Amino acid sequence: MAATTRVTDLSSTTRDGVGTSPRRPDGTLKVTGEFAYSSDMWMEDMLWGATLRSPHPHARILGIDITEALKVAGVQAVLTHEDVPGEKRYGLEFQDQPVLAFDKVRYKGEPVAVVAADHPETARRAMERIRVDYEVLDPVSDSRQAALDPDCPLVHEAGEVPHHPEYNPRGNRLRYQPIRTGAFTEVAGSADREQEVLEGLRAEAAAVVTTEYEVGMQDQAFLGPESGMAVPAEDGGVDLYVATQWLHADQRQIAPALGLDQEQVRLTLAGVGGAFGAREDLSMQIHACMLALHTGKPVKFVYNREESFYGHVHRHPAKMRYEHGARADGSLLYATAEVIVDGGAYASATPAVVGVASSLGLGPYEIPNALMDAYGVYTTNPPCGAMRGFGAVQSCFAYESQMDKLAAELGLHPVELRVRNALSQGSKVITGQEIDMPLPMVEMLERCRELPMPPERSALADPADQRTLPGGVAGTTRGEGVVRGVGYGVGLKNLCYSEDFDDYSTARVRMEVAGGEPVVQVHTAAAEVGQGLVTVKGQIARTELGVEKVVITPSDTQVGSAGSSSASRQSYMTGGAVKVACTSVREEVFALARAKGLVPEGSQDTDLSLTGGKVVSATAGALVSLADLLGEAAEGGAVVEHTREFHHRPTEMLDPQLGQGASHTQFGMCVHRAVVDVDVDLGLVKVVALDAVQDVGKVLHPQQLAGQIQGGSTQGLGLALMEEVQVEGSEIRNPSFTDYLIPTILDTPPMRIDVLERPDPHAPYGLRGAGEPPTLSSTPAIVAAVREATGRPLTHAPVRPEDIVGIEV
Amino acid sequence: MRVTFNVNGEDVSADNVWPGESLLYVLRERLGLPGSKNACEQGECGSCTVYFEGRTACSCMIAAGQAEGRQVRTVEGLAEGRGKGTDERPLGAVQEAFVEAGAVQCGFCTPGLLVQTDDLLERTVGARGQAPDDAEIREALAGNLCRCTGYEKIIDAVHLAAERRARAGSGA
Repeated sequence: MAATTRVTDLSSTTRDGVGTSPRRPDGTLKVTGEFAYSSDMWMEDMLWGATLRSPHPHARILGIDITEALKVAGVQAVLTHEDVPGEKRYGLEFQDQPVLAFDKVRYKGEPVAVVAADHPETARRAMERIRVDYEVLDPVSDSRQAALDPDCPLVHEAGEVPHHPEYNPRGNRLRYQPIRTGAFTEVAGSADREQEVLEGLRAEAAAVVTTEYEVGMQDQAFLGPESGMAVPAEDGGVDLYVATQWLHADQRQIAPALGLDQEQVRLTLAGVGGAFGAREDLSMQIHACMLALHTGKPVKFVYNREESFYGHVHRHPAKMRYEHGARADGSLLYATAEVIVDGGAYASATPAVVGVASSLGLGPYEIPNALMDAYGVYTTNPPCGAMRGFGAVQSCFAYESQMDKLAAELGLHPVELRVRNALSQGSKVITGQEIDMPLPMVEMLERCRELPMPPERSALADPADQRTLPGGVAGTTRGEGVVRGVGYGVGLKNLCYSEDFDDYSTARVRMEVAGGEPVVQVHTAAAEVGQGLVTVKGQIARTELGVEKVVITPSDTQVGSAGSSSASRQSYMTGGAVKVACTSVREEVFALARAKGLVPEGSQDTDLSLTGGKVVSATAGALVSLADLLGEAAEGGAVVEHTREFHHRPTEMLDPQLGQGASHTQFGMCVHRAVVDVDVDLGLVKVVALDAVQDVGKVLHPQQLAGQIQGGSTQGLGLALMEEVQVEGSEIRNPSFTDYLIPTILDTPPMRIDVLERPDPHAPYGLRGAGEPPTLSSTPAIVAAVREATGRPLTHAPVRPEDIVGIEV
Repeated sequence: MRVTFNVNGEDVSADNVWPGESLLYVLRERLGLPGSKNACEQGECGSCTVYFEGRTACSCMIAAGQAEGRQVRTVEGLAEGRGKGTDERPLGAVQEAFVEAGAVQCGFCTPGLLVQTDDLLERTVGARGQAPDDAEIREALAGNLCRCTGYEKIIDAVHLAAERRARAGSGA
């Protein structure tokens, strides 16, 4: 017996704890095809749901006639807005989106009617027979006009939808967030005096760069389309099996629409085929429940890919004007920015996106004088909301492009300019919030610059191998016209929810003895969307409780809210909740041991630990096994169970005039270096390397962390080079995987990762959310590399072949 | 109509099949084999990849009637033993490697990638006794989209499976 061994590092003694890379518990089912995704739900008597959508982006609904549709054999129900039992509108933050359209449609693809039938084809035929009379209206397509032109037609009539006065709403503006610091503070609100200050600063600057940038609308393009099944229950309620990011937020929106109490709407997480923000808003949830309650039968919805493009929000496209001025030594003197994000027809997460786009909109740089105007607007374009990076991606492309331009102007290396202006622990961002956690930006930049470079083309075994060239085996070049470029990018991202949101998660942890060994059950409502939270929950329980056998209970609404699987927050929040619930369990176990006289007199709880299935004293060694202490549960042994909430520290709203306030919980950073080969004649790009340095505070699962960084970097690659939902006259032109391109394995380079662990003292284990930061910095790094190769300005992400070749379209 | 074919070594029939249905729909909704996934219905993403007459194909692009009398093998047929839902069931080498290497996140693309990888190893390690290199792996999997991983761990998994298969093949 190791009576004299002091046990402090639990992870080293309990297998598969925090810091190791155990297999994901759902891995086996996912490789055998047995894992039940939301689209795999099946019941004997189920019906198929289908959605009739508006063919127009903006139109008045004059009438809906469902008579002929109901006559189709096999059709069990056709429902319109008149059949919505409760609240007619729902929404994440503002209740502004109709369950089914009434009076008006505000985007192409808006749901107008739903059908339940015995076969998807029957449902489709029925939908063809629904007659909707529309009076087509002009679309409101231009986000800048919507933001700034007081004569722009309104998407929502005044007073029709809720507003939050602190968001400075006006006309189609959902939120206008100004930020003023330094010399701009005194003159805030007066356009003339702001202009005077700006001119003074310009005169003082050695270099000034001014550019307009655009970021296109990106789609999350999760692979598992919106789907789920609603099953009517005997109590008049409904059980819903669905792929979502936040079960309780869905429940909170579904129940009022159905006219039911919250507890009558029970949700269970079905298998989720990726999310990336696109499942924050409801899609088929209320529709499936309505049809199930109406027909008394289970109803399954599965969107196809085209419908999915209409069925979820996208990343906000942005129009941005940036100006930066620097002194001759490279230090920034001032920056101004106008950022307009297009929210489309309904609010979704737009106000929060503006909160991020403004507060982080000038990046991780010391800027003594800052002026930021950020707008989120209603248009009749497809609704936009959450996507990985959430408001920080768009502005990161702009400010990083500005930094490169400024470096070129001053004759500095892009890394050197960033180093000279880098924020660090103790610095303040432009909202006045102090960064009270490590931010080793200078070191990260230097480490990134020092990473080994990929071999030059001439050093390849076969430089003529087409698989190594832009255009690949299509054989568009043998190497002629191919130019290499290198670029850097840095991004600063808030992690967890911001701006006074009471962000929390709940965990129920239960310990008992079964079959002679201690078993821990962890129950949360957190959505496993692929990121691997399901693994991490088990690791934390093992580390905290010293028990190897941990069972993760399916996520449902039978336990308190876990908050959303977004904002890189679940390891922090649900991880934190599991940790505190384990602490409570552990304390009760110690108390039991004390009550049985198994703990030496005078021994404190801090001397005790749970490890290897035993209560262990630092001084006296193993005291008792959990099996002996608790006894077999089936034979009346003790069951120790605790449910705990974990809240992060409070944050503040940005003030509506000067944009000041400690609005964020935590900051995360990633630095990228991209190496590209560009066929400058054809405008084709091959990314040769995309290497990242990221500080994650503490690595919980090295392998899954790499998966997050590489996956996030690749989504940024998509935004840099190929991904754009093309919208013309408010209509999507490419709603398919044939026309909306996401990176394939051929488009994706080897990705080297260098991870730092500088703990955040405020966070569980010191960890930092890791999923989003790589998505910010990879885009500007790649575009910078293409710029270096081509000398083109490249102000639009994604970069299009014509931008590289220099053709005006 | 009735469609009869062989899936994973078993003869199966589906009744009342509407002629517009795909092989994928019949597998998923009529035969209780939902492992093959529907993510694009255009043959772009590879999530529904199956062996059809011994060659990999997107089952969303095959009309149900075309499967009449044919041999189909799906992800459910990749594991070495049959028997439902037990963790003890031995996984195939490719399946094992995908879990071990961290190539599975949301897992929606995984069934198609597993079938495609199985085929790649058959054509490389199986046919010529030599493991595929990175470039060969990338070409072979270019028709399978993954949105989660950035593909790095998938390449690791293919190498791992190839190595093991080569070792098993050489009797080492």
